[in-house]
Amino acid sequence: MRDFYGTTLNNGLMLGTAQYPSPAILADAFKRSGASVATVSLRRESGQERAGQDFWALIKELGTHILPNTAGCHSVKEAVTTAHMAREVFDTKWIKLEVIGEEDTLQPDVFGLVEAARILTEDGFQVFPYTTEDLVVAGKLLDAGCEVLMPWGAPIGSGQGLNNVFGLRAMRAHFPDVPLVIDAGLGLPSQAAQAMELGYDAVLLNTAVAKAGDPAEMAEGFAMAVRAGQLAATADPMEPRDMAEPSTPVIGKAFLE
Amino acid sequence: MKLQLNGAPIEADSATLSDLLVAQGYGEARVATAVNGAFVPATMRATHTLNDGDQVEVLAPMQGG
Repeated sequence: MRDFYGTTLNNGLMLGTAQYPSPAILADAFKRSGASVATVSLRRESGQERAGQDFWALIKELGTHILPNTAGCHSVKEAVTTAHMAREVFDTKWIKLEVIGEEDTLQPDVFGLVEAARILTEDGFQVFPYTTEDLVVAGKLLDAGCEVLMPWGAPIGSGQGLNNVFGLRAMRAHFPDVPLVIDAGLGLPSQAAQAMELGYDAVLLNTAVAKAGDPAEMAEGFAMAVRAGQLAATADPMEPRDMAEPSTPVIGKAFLE
Repeated sequence: MKLQLNGAPIEADSATLSDLLVAQGYGEARVATAVNGAFVPATMRATHTLNDGDQVEVLAPMQGG
């Protein structure tokens, strides 16, 4: 498995921490799935309620790697400032860089993304850019110093799976040494398995687990699918063919006409 | 002086950002701060003086995807 800025993960499941019915169910989803990375965010804190402090205590208990995001940022300045604040609060160089460019699809603003990635890399961050499957953008992100790419499977929270399998396969082939993560759009474990079968190193998802009727059960399902897909990728799958070919040997078959 | 704290208007007499955090109940909370859109590291809060009209943001860990 390719490493992420020198860190080897136990498995290829990165799980979000938002939208769960309760903190206990969130913790159970992480426990049953064994997810190796938890994504987190920053929001305004009330001096009276101090909700963020309880959440921080919960996250530390998970024992996973922590990947803070810049979710909701629409400009380079906003994303860069948020990244600096996240680095201090979460005590990590890792940042899931989101610069959103379009409201309906939450498609990344890839121009701002490349610029922010360059600024943050120069500031010592290890950037995980949320991008599209565009190979030109991917190349520019690598030039900016990114050592990981996270193309979307489908729009965030849509649960549609891998909308452009051709593009994602091309990205895997084009950057054979770069760790690649499918970030966003997955709805079912089968789609995670498909991503891993394509040779991707990890999947990052949130809504598909958190909004399932039984989030912990779904989280475990995703973990098994990720493992299955990873095994398939390393096992060198057969090539599909157009016509049937009997799997049972014909030689020695009785003549019974 | 009048400040904006996380988007809400407040009256404060804190000279520095660290004084304001104590006065507003944050104490030793794990938070990150920004003033007028610029990040202020924890190590700089004690020397960061506040001015009338400053916009202060205090952020903490939160659920995210």
